[in-house]
Amino acid sequence: MRHVIKIITILVAISAIWIGLLQTAVIPNSHTWLLPIYLVVLLGCYGLLMVGVGLMRFPTCPQEAMLLQQDIIEAKEFLKQKGVDFGSD
Amino acid sequence: MEQRKEEKNKYSIIIPTYNERLNIALIVYLIFKHVRDVEFEIIVVDDGSPDGTQDVVKQLQQVYGEDCILLRPRPKKLGLGTAYIHGLKHASGNFVVIMDADLSHHPKYLPSFIKKQLETGASIVTGTRYAQGGGVHGWNLMRKLTSRGANVLAQTLLWPGVSDLTGSFRLYKKSVLEDIITSVVSKGYVFQMEMIVRASRKGYHIEEVPITFVDRVFGSSKLGGSEIVEYLKGVAYLLVTT
Repeated sequence: MRHVIKIITILVAISAIWIGLLQTAVIPNSHTWLLPIYLVVLLGCYGLLMVGVGLMRFPTCPQEAMLLQQDIIEAKEFLKQKGVDFGSD
Repeated sequence: MEQRKEEKNKYSIIIPTYNERLNIALIVYLIFKHVRDVEFEIIVVDDGSPDGTQDVVKQLQQVYGEDCILLRPRPKKLGLGTAYIHGLKHASGNFVVIMDADLSHHPKYLPSFIKKQLETGASIVTGTRYAQGGGVHGWNLMRKLTSRGANVLAQTLLWPGVSDLTGSFRLYKKSVLEDIITSVVSKGYVFQMEMIVRASRKGYHIEEVPITFVDRVFGSSKLGGSEIVEYLKGVAYLLVTT
């Protein structure tokens, strides 16, 4: 099944529940009408929260950059010994 | 483990290059330093670099042996996806590793890819920068923000089952790579995402190992407006085609 179909199916199911709520009026209709807006706001909040949390906990590795510099020096020395000419940069 | 005794695994490491004469020498040294006790070959796919990358590779062949380092050049810049297909044609291993030549991917992680595959029998092991033990160095706030935003968007819409979609440090069973690479049409960042999403949809077993990503040329992997548009198009394309 195409992935977009899965997502559309979920949206249709949510719409069906919503229409059901409108029809049966378990909660007042004035509230029910606003539910889709709440849903969109909720989705937006989820997105912002995930980006925010991801950004705060973004894993960084400054020590790796230093280790790499050491590896580069070591590699250059070895390769020069072996007579590999890789230019001056 | 038993399977290993019957037939010996061989790993073909495909590295596409363009003007990487220094980096290719460093990366080859580091691969030979860190990958021990397994059979492997390095396949350099050079797109006609004018800086003499191919000469350096030929010198490295003299040091390490021509059967361990294969130079399979192409006449001009023809793109990353076709570089992998080109390298794949010359690969003699039953596993293929793809990695970048610019040292943002460190060969010291190769043993953990191999170990993970042997432990789990996975079809694909993909490096993730976002798991415990992984990380990125050299990105500014804007670059991190775009990266997180792009990731949350793709995770929410595509449910790919892996945490790092656009990473390009991966180990594949050769047959699996051959199977998916022919159906992939995207370029650039989206190429890596399309590969892993298609593999996930086909039900291949995918495992992750943490890797670190050191951006040495500061901002070399920055995302401009056109890249963001390409990325969004890629996500939409994957939504309707996978």
